[in-house]
Amino acid sequence: MSRETSLVTAEWVASNLNNPSVVIVEVDEDTTLYAQGHIENAITFHWRDDLQDGLIRDLISKEKFEALLSKSGISNDSTVVLYGGNNNWFATYAFWYFKVYGHADVRLLDGGRKRWELDARPFVTEVPTRTATRYVAKDRDNSIRAFRDEVVAAIGTKNIVDVRSPAEFSGELAAPAHLPQEGGQIKGHIPTAKNIPWSKAANEDGTFKSDAELKEIYQGAGVDLSVDTIAYCRIGERSAFSWFVLHELLGVNNVKNYDGSWTEYGSLVGVPVAVGA
Amino acid sequence: MRTCGATPGGPSLDGIDLTKQTVIQGVILKEGENDSVPNGAPVTNGHVRLLDASGEFTAEVPTNLEGQFRFFAAPGSWTLVVQAPGARVEQALIAAQGVPTDLVIHI
Repeated sequence: MSRETSLVTAEWVASNLNNPSVVIVEVDEDTTLYAQGHIENAITFHWRDDLQDGLIRDLISKEKFEALLSKSGISNDSTVVLYGGNNNWFATYAFWYFKVYGHADVRLLDGGRKRWELDARPFVTEVPTRTATRYVAKDRDNSIRAFRDEVVAAIGTKNIVDVRSPAEFSGELAAPAHLPQEGGQIKGHIPTAKNIPWSKAANEDGTFKSDAELKEIYQGAGVDLSVDTIAYCRIGERSAFSWFVLHELLGVNNVKNYDGSWTEYGSLVGVPVAVGA
Repeated sequence: MRTCGATPGGPSLDGIDLTKQTVIQGVILKEGENDSVPNGAPVTNGHVRLLDASGEFTAEVPTNLEGQFRFFAAPGSWTLVVQAPGARVEQALIAAQGVPTDLVIHI
């Protein structure tokens, strides 16, 4: 796990658009973006329809993941390149998802749609047709996924990193500010969590900062990365971004994404909650 | 600020409970004629970033096909950063609950 194996540049993608071993997959929060225009030969996964169970709140089953990748023409030996809008939030979530199911070679386009657009690189509307495969997933790797009991037990004993904006951490906002401020859960954060917004790791154009800058973000905030770390946000996408920074770019192995995140924690009965900066 | 339906600005506010939401929205328009884009055309490939009073990132949206954007924030001081190929503009504002902040930003 390193920048070299997990991240690709726009230049690399532009020169591999027709590489048969590369499958480019767009995953957006705003699922209308793909139809408006996407990178040539890219397919898309819908974060809800394709990647959520739909009945219970969970990832799709191994069998459904195999079916999704098989019908999408993704092989076990494919190089999957993920990208998306909103600074790759949902693309990094999909990256983490591919890792949970053990895909060997998955990479993220540095800067996602934004960098591609700011570079004035072309989008197309043609949807590629791909030949189906027989994809075989591995059992879920829960060493990169945190669950609620583990999070409650981590209060005061492990690193808990809240990667939401300061206004969400303090309890001023209930959701990121491009969404209506609604939701059943209360506002605030998990006690002892440090607020290190995901955005600290990104340049204004959506690309990642250098490894030295990324390390300083966590060390400067007093996070001892030799201790186990759990990252969370509101629904697990932005924390997948910070998980990617720690686990994939900086090679820190003992990091988990808590995809239940604040929408789960903030709805639990009786757990401690903190407010304020 | 929005004065009537014909005034350029953010998306329709129909269906939004303005008594509960602190809306910051607007439209990004092209200024200058040193490229092939007509003056006053909506910027459809822009990104608008919302920073809090300390300058910290709070949210970001791409402009829509009409060049519009919208945030649901909290009352207080905010800064918008508009980015598009070859352009970057900052706009400070004060948002209030109940009265949408509706801007026309030229880049």
